[in-house]
Amino acid sequence: MEDSVSKQPSKDTEASKLERWASIISGGALVLGGLQQRSLRGILMAAAGGSLAYQGVQKKSTLKQVGEAVGIEKTILVEKTVTINRPAAELYSFWRQFDNLPKFMRHVKSVQVHDAQHSHWVANAPLDQSIEWDAVIVDDQPDRLIAWTSTDDAEVNHSGFVRFQPATGDRGTEVKVVMEYELPGGAVAAAIAKLFGEEPEQQIGDDLSRFKQLMETGEIATTDGQPKGA
Amino acid sequence: MKAVCWHGTHDVRVDTVPDPTILNPRDAIIKVTSTAICGSDLHLYDGFIPTMQSGDILGHEFMGEVVETGPGVTNLKQGDRVVVPFTISCGSCFFCERDLWSLCDNSNPNAWMAEKFYGHSPSGLFGYSHLLGGYAGGQAEYVRVPFADVGPLKVPDGLSDEQVLFLTDIFPTGYMAAENCDIEPGDTVAVWGCGPVGQFAIRSAFMLGAERVIAIDRVPERLALAQAGGAEILNYEEIDPGEALKEMTGGRGPDSCIDSVGMEAHGTGPISLYDTVKQAVRLESDRPQVLRQAIAACRKGGRVSVPGVYGGFIDKVPMGAFVNKALTMRSGQTHVHKYLRPLLERVQKGEIDPSFLITHRLPLEEAPRAYKIFRDKEDNCIKVVLKPFAAAV
Ligand SMILES: NC(=O)c1ccc[n+]([C@@H]2O[C@H](COP(=O)([O-])OP(=O)(O)OC[C@H]3O[C@@H](n4cnc5c(N)ncnc54)[C@H](O)[C@@H]3O)[C@@H](O)[C@H]2O)c1
Ligand SMILES: [Zn+2]
Ligand SMILES: [Zn+2]
Repeated sequence: MEDSVSKQPSKDTEASKLERWASIISGGALVLGGLQQRSLRGILMAAAGGSLAYQGVQKKSTLKQVGEAVGIEKTILVEKTVTINRPAAELYSFWRQFDNLPKFMRHVKSVQVHDAQHSHWVANAPLDQSIEWDAVIVDDQPDRLIAWTSTDDAEVNHSGFVRFQPATGDRGTEVKVVMEYELPGGAVAAAIAKLFGEEPEQQIGDDLSRFKQLMETGEIATTDGQPKGA
Repeated sequence: MKAVCWHGTHDVRVDTVPDPTILNPRDAIIKVTSTAICGSDLHLYDGFIPTMQSGDILGHEFMGEVVETGPGVTNLKQGDRVVVPFTISCGSCFFCERDLWSLCDNSNPNAWMAEKFYGHSPSGLFGYSHLLGGYAGGQAEYVRVPFADVGPLKVPDGLSDEQVLFLTDIFPTGYMAAENCDIEPGDTVAVWGCGPVGQFAIRSAFMLGAERVIAIDRVPERLALAQAGGAEILNYEEIDPGEALKEMTGGRGPDSCIDSVGMEAHGTGPISLYDTVKQAVRLESDRPQVLRQAIAACRKGGRVSVPGVYGGFIDKVPMGAFVNKALTMRSGQTHVHKYLRPLLERVQKGEIDPSFLITHRLPLEEAPRAYKIFRDKEDNCIKVVLKPFAAAV
């Protein structure tokens, strides 16, 4: 028994990694489980299989090369799942309208929708700064999945997908978000890293809680502005 | 307005703070006519609940008059007299839909903190630490009530504040504690702690069909009140409750045991010294003396019901006894919303008048003294009701 275990390949091959990613996006697999990947964007492209025409070439930005050279390149990859007591179709429609996202994503200031695929994102950065990029939807499966990624010329390489899956036994919809911020280095990287602090997981988790609150109760729980003793 | 604010261990003050305002569509503002101090507040007062901040407004047992409603609240209007559950619940999540209101998914804005402590977050509570929402409480002249369209219950005319105030917490808490005992005819229920929660647990156990209730405490006036409620009594300073309970139940042990004491149990003997020292140096967050006794005393196959509040970790739980006697344990912050109407009906029918508990009626300004006498059981204090708008005494 032990022999057969030790004969298993100890490391994921590139191909098997890709398979696991594809499976998590399609809903076959349930948890990313620490699977690391240099570029979610590349994966999304491959997994989407060109279902939406996206003419992009993977290229390394010069900024990123600089970042790597000075060693401050950083990739933030998070996975979070929450169950929401609403039908998948309703959740999908709300999310698909990207200009709704700032209502519950605390670090996103605005999303301007240009057309069915293209949008412009503005995120808050410390010291009243902001970071902006263009994004394109690379996979769109009504009531099931939305995947997006930043365009090639963007300063920030941001990719993500949200998957909606009915939970068992009428328990609502399991909403899984996987997001990646690939930081090019320099001031922008520093700003984003600071924005997310030590715990990007928690921030995305909070965003998802707010999404849930909004969809289940119509408002977001808060105590901001309540009285307090001196 | 005036509000009772926490400033540190054994330091509560009546501060002047801004009036609360509507922050969300489903909010209401209530003018508080009566508010009580709870045994749970003593855990804050004694500094055992983490994530309190100086200036936090205390209080989760309160009632009053609606003065303002958000656009999402259509079932209440100005002037309505309401009691407000201490648990804040949305009414539409998985848990609220299943009557598990204190587990509401959507009312704790600081859910991430609770998730770190507990894995998952319970509902937000009024005036009970940032871990549980950081909501300003109701020991104040006015209070903001979130999800006011599902929580507050209108009080029928003809009932006084004092008759209905305890529907906000301790009556439902004692009742749920008894319900968690799955009482069957002929059952004997043992209740540790004859504070407000214990008193309601005793009376609720009888309502639910218990044949005998044995109540345990050491404070004479509390034991006397338990006896007045029909319980047989045990003073744990005079007699070992474990031995006595066995003798009183033909060697079987009580069918159910209720821990209505919680994390600050007073104890005797070396093991209690162990807890006190460990808690003082923060190696153990809670002192589980009563929980241990309840598990040890309970009859085989019996139920241990725990309304008493624990915040963190406990040591030396007799898990061997728990497993080998095949016990069942149930607990939780109370699902107050579930019990409001049925218990109001019992009050209306005259089955119980909850005001029997009140020993002190004081203006809000006297809150610092009230906390002290309630904690130290001075002046035979069992339950304090504060009146924010009472004419100065
Ligand atoms: N689960 C809930 O939703 C909920 C709601 C309200 C209160 N509570 C909790 O219930 C508990 C009791 O509340 P209360 O208002 O009655 O408080 P309280 O402090 O007035 O009463 C506690 C009583 O326990 C007695 N006691 C202390 N050590 C004891 C021991 N070793 N054996 C027997 N009795 C002992 C004290 O003398 C006191 O009379 C607290 O932990 C409180 O936080 C829970
Ligand atoms: Zn209470
Ligand atoms: Zn809820």
